[in-house]
Amino acid sequence: MTTFMRRVADLYVDGFRSMTVGRKLWALIIIKLILLFGVMKLFFFPNILNERYDNDADKAAAVRTQLINHHRN
Amino acid sequence: MNDLISVVDWSRWQFALTAMYHWLFVPLTLGLSVIVAIMETIYYRRGRSREWLSATKFWMLLFGINFALGVATGIILEFEFGTNWSNYSWFVGDIFGAPLAVEGIFAFFMESTFIAVMFFGWTKVSPRFHLAATWLTAIGASISALWILVANAWMQYPVGMEFDPAQMRNVMDSFAEVALSPVAIHKFIHSVMSGWTLSGVFVVGISCWFLLKKRHESMALRSIKVGGWVGLAGILLTLWSGDSSSVDVAKVQPMKLAAMEGLYDGSRGQAITAFGILNPAKTVDNDEDPFLFDISIPYGLSFLATHDMDAFVPGINDLINGVTDITASGDTVRTLSYAERIEAGRRSHEALRRFDVAMASGDAAGMEAAREAIKADYPSFGFGYLDSPSEAVPPVALTFYAFHVMVILGGWLLLFFAAALFLAYRKPAPLKGSRVVQWLGMITIPLVWVCSQSGWIVAEVGRQPWVIQNLMPTRAAISDLNPSTVMLTFWLFALIFTALLAAEISIMLKAIARGPEDHDHSTPSPSVSIKK
Repeated sequence: MTTFMRRVADLYVDGFRSMTVGRKLWALIIIKLILLFGVMKLFFFPNILNERYDNDADKAAAVRTQLINHHRN
Repeated sequence: MNDLISVVDWSRWQFALTAMYHWLFVPLTLGLSVIVAIMETIYYRRGRSREWLSATKFWMLLFGINFALGVATGIILEFEFGTNWSNYSWFVGDIFGAPLAVEGIFAFFMESTFIAVMFFGWTKVSPRFHLAATWLTAIGASISALWILVANAWMQYPVGMEFDPAQMRNVMDSFAEVALSPVAIHKFIHSVMSGWTLSGVFVVGISCWFLLKKRHESMALRSIKVGGWVGLAGILLTLWSGDSSSVDVAKVQPMKLAAMEGLYDGSRGQAITAFGILNPAKTVDNDEDPFLFDISIPYGLSFLATHDMDAFVPGINDLINGVTDITASGDTVRTLSYAERIEAGRRSHEALRRFDVAMASGDAAGMEAAREAIKADYPSFGFGYLDSPSEAVPPVALTFYAFHVMVILGGWLLLFFAAALFLAYRKPAPLKGSRVVQWLGMITIPLVWVCSQSGWIVAEVGRQPWVIQNLMPTRAAISDLNPSTVMLTFWLFALIFTALLAAEISIMLKAIARGPEDHDHSTPSPSVSIKK
């Protein structure tokens, strides 16, 4: 099992080490992930229901109120 | 209300932008993985020829760049569900969550595990195991797409669930009904096969560029053969599944079909519009002619929608006013008018209100009575949010033109692959000398993306105003947000995506310009380099 795990680890370590796909590509991927998870998700995309309500019953009640009243014609 | 409409519109633009960006990468992943797997199979079975190894590694490199650049573009849609569409996210409950969880646990891990072997394992594992990893990556990508498309299909045809007003969620009661609905199956085949088609064009088009530049001509010709066959299979199966999808749409989303055809007043033996220019003055409230100009094929729409040339196909006005028809078995069937459905929807809202009051006061009998009342009118629940029947009509012009662009380009792609294969197998390789054909190959690359995006515009714009067909309109799905926040994030996304896309296309073009490297089959290198 240990040998197998070591071989799997070697596959990834050697693979990344010998990978020569342009630095620019990897820089772009890292910038993209930082922007998406470190900026957009953190500051602009909260989960509204999780942020405003503590439990499922409160979330259900909030959505029920919204769907009964807020959009009522 | 103005603020609310603004939030809805900005959120829809934002979702459309991110979904369309995501779909630039996905179809190429789906199809190019199969093309690479076929090339590696040929390499494996034909005595490890260095020409096939070189071709395999070149297209694998482009697959890898596309895969890496597309990473995380889909996760943005998940962010938007939680922020912009919180009512929807809660309302769909585990129905949307279950397929996505299966996708995350099974397909994504399968794909990401074997992709590492595919790229890093040339000298680490046996050729047979490497080939298996390449095929498993391709299969994993398609399985991954399956679960996303099952979730999307449920929004178009909600089945296999029951609404629980206490949880305020649709609770899944049959996973099989959700996963195996005809809409889901046909959507999956249609989407994956369109990926094969798109990737076939990508391979043939880039190979045409090599022929034009008189570089790597041998690799280009063999790539055109593989890409051409995959693309031809892809377009034929796309056409077949498109036909099945049309029958589904006629049954479960007849208003979408009417919008796709600009059909206001239906008839038996209904003609199909092969080409047309819509009259911008036409609305559901006037008697203007729907078309300024059109070319129609008699009986075409009846046959497409029902596989019966004399069948009745309802138009927009018929659906709004309710349709009376006689079925093949002689039964008279009448569908509810949209005004009646709006009334039914409002009754179910009233029942939900009674349920809320009963729940607050602990009145179990009142809750049960209200639950039954909600259930009785639940198929029209979403209509209760509409102000008028005409609000249930999707944007006809966008749906009509997107559908016809998709169909016309689909016809071109069928001819394109047939011609590419015919020329690729002729001796002495007329493709090498024909600049017109080479240019046509290259020009078709952007056209196939237009075709693919048009298909999703038909699917998603054509089902408006519904986010869940008949159950929830888009404007009821939205969160209570400040429109300026959504506006800001829309422009942020637009700027970031445009900048990243430009940089990413430049990386892809550099890799293509560099072309394949020669590989000694006895010592395959771990990866193909594009480092400058």
